[in-house]
Amino acid sequence: MVDSQANIPSPASAYGAAARAWNWRRALSPTGDRGDAVFRALLLMSALLLVLIVVAMIVAMWRNSLASINEFGFGFLTSLTWNPVRNQFGALPFIYGTIISSLIALLISVPLSLGIAVFLVEQAPRRAARPITFLVELLAAIPSVVYGLWGIFVLAPALREYVFPSLARTFGWLPLFQGTMTGLGMLTAGIILAIMITPIISAVVRDVLAAVPMSQREAALALGATKWETTRVVLANGAPGIAGAIILGLGRAIGETMAVTMLIGNRPEISASLFEPSYTIAAVLANEFREATGELYTSSLVQLGLILFLVTFLVNGLARLLVWSVTRGTSGTARAA
Amino acid sequence: MEHTVRRADRRRRIVSSATGAITALCALFAVAMLGLILGYIVWRGVGSLSFQFLIAEPQPVGEGGGIGNAIVGSFTMLMLAAAIGLPLGISIGIYLAELGGGHFASAVRFITDTLTGVPSIVVGVFVYTIIVLPMQRFSALAGGVALALVMIPIVARTTEEMIRLVPTSMREGALALGAPQWRVTLGVVLPAAASGIATGAMLAVARVSGETAPLLFTALGSRFFNFYELDQPMASLTVQIYNYAISPYDEQHAQAWAATLVLMTLILAINIAVRFLTRRRF
Repeated sequence: MVDSQANIPSPASAYGAAARAWNWRRALSPTGDRGDAVFRALLLMSALLLVLIVVAMIVAMWRNSLASINEFGFGFLTSLTWNPVRNQFGALPFIYGTIISSLIALLISVPLSLGIAVFLVEQAPRRAARPITFLVELLAAIPSVVYGLWGIFVLAPALREYVFPSLARTFGWLPLFQGTMTGLGMLTAGIILAIMITPIISAVVRDVLAAVPMSQREAALALGATKWETTRVVLANGAPGIAGAIILGLGRAIGETMAVTMLIGNRPEISASLFEPSYTIAAVLANEFREATGELYTSSLVQLGLILFLVTFLVNGLARLLVWSVTRGTSGTARAA
Repeated sequence: MEHTVRRADRRRRIVSSATGAITALCALFAVAMLGLILGYIVWRGVGSLSFQFLIAEPQPVGEGGGIGNAIVGSFTMLMLAAAIGLPLGISIGIYLAELGGGHFASAVRFITDTLTGVPSIVVGVFVYTIIVLPMQRFSALAGGVALALVMIPIVARTTEEMIRLVPTSMREGALALGAPQWRVTLGVVLPAAASGIATGAMLAVARVSGETAPLLFTALGSRFFNFYELDQPMASLTVQIYNYAISPYDEQHAQAWAATLVLMTLILAINIAVRFLTRRRF
């Protein structure tokens, strides 16, 4: 360990050194303490390492997908064919499956999560709210592979026997609800995704609602608003944060791997029916990366990984900015409903 | 006139109670899903659970077998991940909390938050390109590094939050006594935040112990015990659950449920322990 006492230079000589050349110790420690300079340098290095990891992720995946990028160019994103045997690789079926399954998940999860968050922040007595909050958060602690297992043996059979037939009877005139019902397909994956992202969205919405100033509620109540009308004021005030929470959930749904892989049916085709199997980017990585032979095949899969990384990074970044705009330093600044 | 006002009023009150009830139903639905999932795991898992199952290696279908090697593998790779991920994550957290005023720190905080949302399968692809490809084989080392990368941003952010809870007056007191910053942070702030950081670390381990995707093509999985050979493929509970779940045999399905029960017991125990340890703080 550095003996910090003995090595502190006198202020005059330290300034002299700083005047002669850029002094790293001065730059890192305003007090000139060597221990501080080392300490700060170490912390800064760990932070730099994190940034380096992100850069390395992009560079490593870029370099390993060059073969596929050179071969297919932008056509990779628009081609419908995924045929490893003939070395033809196109990502469109996976992009389609990822987007649609995530949208189904949001469609189900957003109203549910909003309801949960409103209940926990605005309705429930505190003594009930805390254990319920904990239980909802436990849903997020269940691993993806466990959701997948439960989905295969409980959810998929239940949907196939009871839910899908009645959907087909009622909405069968729509192409969305036609086709064979194996239980494994787009809709099943969307539903399991909805359950999985609900605790995430509702937790963030809860934080956002809790950050809305109490004066907003008091003002609404004082004007004679009912509980629901007050809640609407609160929701309007937290709108950007709620949007952020939803986008955060979207990011999670896009990248969710195991449960989707086990439930979506894994067929790289675009079908109008939600009962039919589909495929997502994350699922094709989970399924085919291990067995991929040949440079072009592997490099196409790595390129899919790179696309997934960039998309989720952007989506999450956007979501964080929106959530921060509400939960940080907002006391007192509230918009009218 | 008054009559219509009163009717509008009544309608508003009915709408208010109805929406209140709907939100309560939403919460009830989520809790019910949790009960349904956990209850089913216990119901299916208990039947196949035995001591032999916990210590045996996997056997061909029809000859029993167990998840002993998977438990050992999961444990080894979690230790490896913790050894890499915890020091790094905690020091990033200290950096963000104690030196995190500038633009670079804001950028690091933003990247950390964003990384927590990056799919773990992408981390698997990355580790495959930097470790598996150069080594030309799947290895426990690659699996541990992948888990560590998933862990780092989670640990960093909880550490930052826990350190921020330490009152500024404690730092000021120590600084006023002439202590340099490194001694203030390591000797005063960190001990005060230690229990919070520890619970955050436990939660991160619990979270990572359920990860499957980053292990699929890094540690791969194995049918045999592997205690210390980090350059060889290694089994894990999650990958074994996945392989059994998608197999066509009922016996392996039963084993998947039993392994899931073991995994969920571990994860829930950590979550509930953390809940009680931190009851005072929240």
